[in-house]
Formats: sequence, structure tokens, C-alpha cells
Amino acid sequence: MRDEDMSVQHALLEARGIGKSFFGIPALDEVDFTLQGGEIHALLGENGAGKSTLIKILTGVYRRDRGTIYLHGNEVSPDSVAEAQTLGIGTVYQEVNLLENLTVAENLFLGRQPRRFGMIDRRTMRDRSKTLLQRYGLNIDVDALLSSFSVAIRQLIAIARAVDLSGKVLVLDEPTASLDAHEVKGLFTVLRQLREEGVGIVIITHFLDQVYEIADRVTVLRNGRLVGSRTISELPRLDLISMMLGRELQHITRDHQAEPETVDDRGAPSIQFQNYGKKGSVAPFDLDIRPGEVVGIAGLLGSGRSETAFLLFGIDRADSGTATIDGEQVAITSPEAAIANRFGFCPEERKTDGIVGDLSVADNIALALQAQRGWMRLISSSHKRELADSFIKSLDIRPADRERPIKFLSGGNQQKAILARWLVTEPRLLILDEPTRGIDIGAHAEILKMIERLCSEGMSLVVISSELEELTAVAHRVIVLSDRRHVAELSGRQLTTDGIIRAIAGTGETEAA
Amino acid sequence: MIHARNLPFVTTLAIFVIAYGLCVLQFPNMLSTRVIGNLLTDNAFLGIAAVGMTFVILSGGIDLSVGSVIAFTSVFVAVMIGSFGVHPLTAFLAALVISTLFGCLMGAMIRYLLIPPFVVTLAGMFLARGAAYLVSTQSVPITHEFIDTMLGFYIRFPGGGRLTLLAMVMLVVFAVGIVVASRTRFGANVYAIGGNIQSAELMGVPVGATTIRIYALSGFLSGLAGIVYTLYTSSGYSLATVGVELDAIAAVVIGGTLLTGGVGLIAGTFVGILLQGLIQTYIVFDGTLSSWWTKIVIGILLFVFIVLQRTIIWYSDRRLAVRQLKEV
Repeated sequence: MRDEDMSVQHALLEARGIGKSFFGIPALDEVDFTLQGGEIHALLGENGAGKSTLIKILTGVYRRDRGTIYLHGNEVSPDSVAEAQTLGIGTVYQEVNLLENLTVAENLFLGRQPRRFGMIDRRTMRDRSKTLLQRYGLNIDVDALLSSFSVAIRQLIAIARAVDLSGKVLVLDEPTASLDAHEVKGLFTVLRQLREEGVGIVIITHFLDQVYEIADRVTVLRNGRLVGSRTISELPRLDLISMMLGRELQHITRDHQAEPETVDDRGAPSIQFQNYGKKGSVAPFDLDIRPGEVVGIAGLLGSGRSETAFLLFGIDRADSGTATIDGEQVAITSPEAAIANRFGFCPEERKTDGIVGDLSVADNIALALQAQRGWMRLISSSHKRELADSFIKSLDIRPADRERPIKFLSGGNQQKAILARWLVTEPRLLILDEPTRGIDIGAHAEILKMIERLCSEGMSLVVISSELEELTAVAHRVIVLSDRRHVAELSGRQLTTDGIIRAIAGTGETEAA
Repeated sequence: MIHARNLPFVTTLAIFVIAYGLCVLQFPNMLSTRVIGNLLTDNAFLGIAAVGMTFVILSGGIDLSVGSVIAFTSVFVAVMIGSFGVHPLTAFLAALVISTLFGCLMGAMIRYLLIPPFVVTLAGMFLARGAAYLVSTQSVPITHEFIDTMLGFYIRFPGGGRLTLLAMVMLVVFAVGIVVASRTRFGANVYAIGGNIQSAELMGVPVGATTIRIYALSGFLSGLAGIVYTLYTSSGYSLATVGVELDAIAAVVIGGTLLTGGVGLIAGTFVGILLQGLIQTYIVFDGTLSSWWTKIVIGILLFVFIVLQRTIIWYSDRRLAVRQLKEV
């Protein structure tokens, strides 16, 4: 009995005075963090607040400069992921997760395969994998390659592995970023079940709705410092947001929702796509874009959203239809041709398709302009510096250091730099694919504000987003995609999140077959 | 069940069986155990080196030092036995220790200095070749009772073929390689690193130790291949086995292992070796063809397999995309 009392007094995981610097720049300073068993604890903060750094220190990826970590009241000092795992701290990362080239069972038991006579016992491994996954409601072929399963199932497999391996603390980094609503529900059921079993769960997310749905406590970081730790039920949403932003709330996205201006038919369409499409990608569609207009594109994952962007920007070649700019027919058969027509495109996969990680912020910003000018006419380095400095200032890119390799910037700031890259080319049409994905609220609001400013200057924008509220807030018109077809076009009073959802679902007066 | 990832292996196997069938139709003698025995003996050293190469490529790396290490080992062993009168077993042991340590060193450089394997093993290739010249630039013949005994040891097949000691060594290496790759944690870690080194590290795979062990294994097997080559030619020569690493890589790729790592089978490499041997044997039987046809056919096969692998990856990606679309 006494032992039990003792253990109740100790938190499951406790970090005190954690400090960490990179290249002399502090990323974390005197941060405390306490996790109880049987608790779901959200770790929140803007991009660059230090969430990832803290997690990586707790899970043994980084070594801390200062501070102590206690697990069950005992001081621990994990030096590697493997060590953190054996101590009881398991992690599921957002992007790099499991191994696609191995089977489900091999993934579950990598590094701890059951052995008989020194050899891996495949049968036991298979049986244990099956029983393990059944606890999470997964009845799948454990001998199939991981790559044959959807992201949601892979995530459950990763959680199953982490809990089975470590069993005490489960850290989830943006677990819902690439899941749809139904999958999120399934994930949360599993997390609640684990909470019942006494697992302490740390969850990093930028979906505040989900925080209120699932979390018991929140800890908020800002600029590498601890802002506070609260019980979620006693924390109004506005207070939470002001903890995260640390400034008065003036421009939260919802403020923009108030009556989006309707562009009437005064302006003639400057860019027209007629019967534009590609077999196996997107069914032929018509799209007119007026100057200064924001056209939103909505639809579920796989509905053809990004494919539409690829067509518009010439990454995929259309096999039907025509494109017209100011009444003149143009052939947009490659990204080069699109850039020559003053189109710009910020892709969804920022890390793989957008930034060139090792190049400096200034070089990344100058990239599209250089491509537009051709490689024979180099941009002088003084001109490059000027451009970079002016955009770092106007877009508030932090840290304001144009020479820093862009990979050291947080996601929101990388996104701003990519926007800057296209803005220097003064495009007539800018296509943004998920411009606010993986970005914190502060940067989110800033990017939306920027979209408004750009179109008030006469630029046309195509914005693809899975966040319907964001679309209804910024777009003048929204094209709804379903099953790789344009099924509806909403504007004016029809343009509401409900309207879009109904169009996607194919109810109402849409022409979905 | 055939995984899509094993399709290249199955294809190679089918090509080998068909090609062998066609050869036998033309030259019925090619079915004899004598031919099979010779094929195994002639390719024993290449097969042993290719097993090490398979592990390296499975982990996403490459080892260009193989041919040079074989040459160094053979000269080293020949000089030790011939000039210094060391007992062959001692010479073998010393050669294996040196080649294994050499592999360790390259693995450590790849891991801890973060230099690409191509660069490190290219340097290793020059270094080992140079060291071989340093030992001797002459062809050094060896004669030793013990070696004669070893070469005299064989199992006779019905039909007059012989399974020599050298062929047996290769078969044992393949058997052990298959077990290590598929049934040990080390093997699983090799596949994991080849699949995605960052994920593997985050999943707790000891990437450093595994990388060093992979190149140490390749070094060890190159040394063993060198010893087998010395016995096979009864001499050591520093100019020998130039470009053998490329033959080994060809066998690995033809055997269905992805050059990008993470996917492949040791058994596939065995079929790859057999296929190369078959082509050589056919050329010998034909008698009019130039030996360069071996290279030409292998070149064509390599192209076919690289295209095949691309197609399979493309196809399975597409199938996955279609399935996810349906789920939505």
C-alpha cells in the first residue's frame, strides 16, 4: 500500500528546467513539463515554439543542455531513441514513421523479434502481431507490406508498436495531420482506451477542436519558453489562443468569415480554362478566374484537388481543352511555360516539393525569379539580398536572417519564404495547395491576411484547402471536387461550410451523378 | 503468396529455367552434372563476394572495393605461403582478419564521417589495389601439400560431375547468408536501414553498429572470395579480378535486389550468379562466339531488370492510390 502511495505522488514523466540551444541560438529555455499516467496532455505552441525540440529531448533524439528528466520519480537520461523506448517512452512521428518495405509484423517487432535458438521465430511474431493489432480493432494481414495500407492504418500500427514496446508514455507528433474526420474519430477511440489503461499520452497538434475533444491538460510553449500548463476544462478557447499567440486577438481567421465580398460580374475573366482535363487525373472542367479573385478548391483527399493544381500549373499535361489568358490562347505544357505566363505554385508537400533545404532563405526566395529570367541572366547578389530583406520584413519571416539555410526555419516561416519566392515574380495567378497545413495559428492568420492583400492588389489566387472554414473565409468562389470531377461551384450566400459539405456528399441540387 | 517485391526474383528464376531449357535443347550435354559442377566451381569466388554485396546493397549502400580486396587477399596469401613459408591456414586467417578490419574501417567512415558509401569504397578500391601491388607485382604461384589436399577434396556426382570444396564453400556462404538475412535481427536491421535510414533510427535500430557490421561482412566475404580465387587459380596476382565488384553488383541486381535498398533476397543473387555462369557456359559450348557476348547479354539483362523494377514500383504505387481513392 505504501509503495502505491509513493508512486501516486510521482508524476509519470517530469521534466524540470530543460534548456537546449542550436548553434548558440536557444530553442528551449527553462521549460518544465509534467505528465501524469492516464492523462492525455496536449503540447501546444506556434511554429518554432519549441514543441518538437522538447519532444525530441524527452524521446532521446536530442541531448539536452540543461535540466533533468524523471520517470516515476527516477532520474533518467535517454541518449537514444532505443534507450527511451526501453525506458518506457514511445513516439509516433508525423512523417517518418514505419518502414514501407517491411511487412506489418516486421514493423511491429523490429529490433525485438521473438527468437528461438537465436533465429527469428516468424510464426510467434505473426501470432503476436495479430493479437496485438486486434486490441486496436485492426484485423489485417500482418504479412502484407506496410506500403499496402492507408496512412490511418499505418498510424494505428505505429501506436500499437510504441505502446507495446514502451507502455508508459506515448508521444504523438501531429497524429491527425493527414487523417480524415472518420479516421480521427477512430484514432481518438484508441487513445481513450489507452488512457483508461493508464498510459500517459503527449499529443502535439494544431487542431484546437481536437485538443478540446480529447485532451485533459495542455501545456503551452512560446519562443522556447513555458507559458503555462492548464486543465483544459477550465480554459476557455480564447484564453488558450492568447496563451499561444501572446498577443491580443485581432485577426483570428474567423473574423474574416464575416461576409466574404462577392465579386460581381463586372470584371471580365482574365484567365480561362475550357474543357480542361486529363484522363485518369481530373475530368474536363471549365474555370474562369477574374483579376483579384480568390477561387477556392474543396474536396476530400483523393478527390482531385492537387491534380487540378498540377494541371493548371502544367506539371501534368492536359489532354483536352484550352487555356486562354486575356483572350489569347496559351499552351501550358510544363511548369516553365506556366511561369513564363506568370503563374506561381506553392505545392502541398513543402519539404519535398517546395524548399531547397540546404540553400539559404535568400537563395530560396530568388529561385523562381531566376527561373523566370532564364539562367543566363543571373540575379546579382546585391539584388538578391535586397529582395530577401524586403520580403523577410514584409512577411515577417523569422528569424530575420537571409543567409540561414531554410531547413532550419519552422514550417510557417518556410511557407512564407516560398510565398515570397513567387511574389517576387509578380505573378498574375498564384496557386496555393494547402497553404496553412502544419502551420500554427499566428502564421495561419498572417497567411490568410496576405492572401487578402494580394488579391486586393489585383493578383488572382487559386487556394486548395481541406479546412473548409479557411476556404469560406478567403475565397470568393469555391469549386467543389468529388471523385475527380468538378461537382459544384459555390459563391455568395451559398458559400458556407455546410454548402460545401453537402456538395461533396452529392446531396442538394448539384449535378453529381 | 508472392509479394510484389519478390516479383523480380521470381522473374529471374523463370528466365534462368527457360534459358537453361533452351541451352539444353541446343546442347543436351549442358544438362550433365559435369557442367553444373564446373559452373559452380568457376563462379565460387564471385558468388561469395556477391553475398556480401547483397547485404551492402540491401542496406542502400554500395561496395566498390570488392575486386581490389580479392586481389590483395590473393597476393597476400600467395606471398605468405610461397615466400615466407607460412602454413596456409594461418595465411587464410590473417587475410580474413585484414579484409574484415578493412571493411569495418570503411563502414565506420560511412557512418561517422557521413561520407557516401560510393566515395568511401572507391577510395578503398584504390587503396586495396595499391596495397596488392605493394605486396607483389608478379604473379605468385603457390604449391603446398595442404592446398593440394584441399583441392583434391570433392564429392562426386552421378554422371562424373564434381562438387569441389570451392563450390561447397560458396553454397555454405549462400545458405548462411539466406538465414542471416531472413532470420536474424541483424538481417532485419539491414532491410530496415535500406528502407529508410531515418525511420529505422527513430524505431531504435542501431544504425551505426549495423552499418559497420554490413561493411565488415562484405570485407570478410571479399577476403574469403580472395582465398577461394587463390585456390582456384593456384596463384596470387595483383592485377587480377579488376571490376569483379561490378559483376557482383550485376548478379545482385539481376537477382531482384533494388539498388535503392530495402528489397531483395540472397537467393536471388544466387540465381543471378547461375545466370551469368550459364551465359559463359553457353559461349564455351558454342565455340564461335566471342566472350564479350557475356558482357553484352548481362548488360541487356540489367537494363531489362531495372525497367522491370521501375514498372513494379510504379504499378504497386498506382494500385495503392486506386485503393485509397476507393476508401475515400
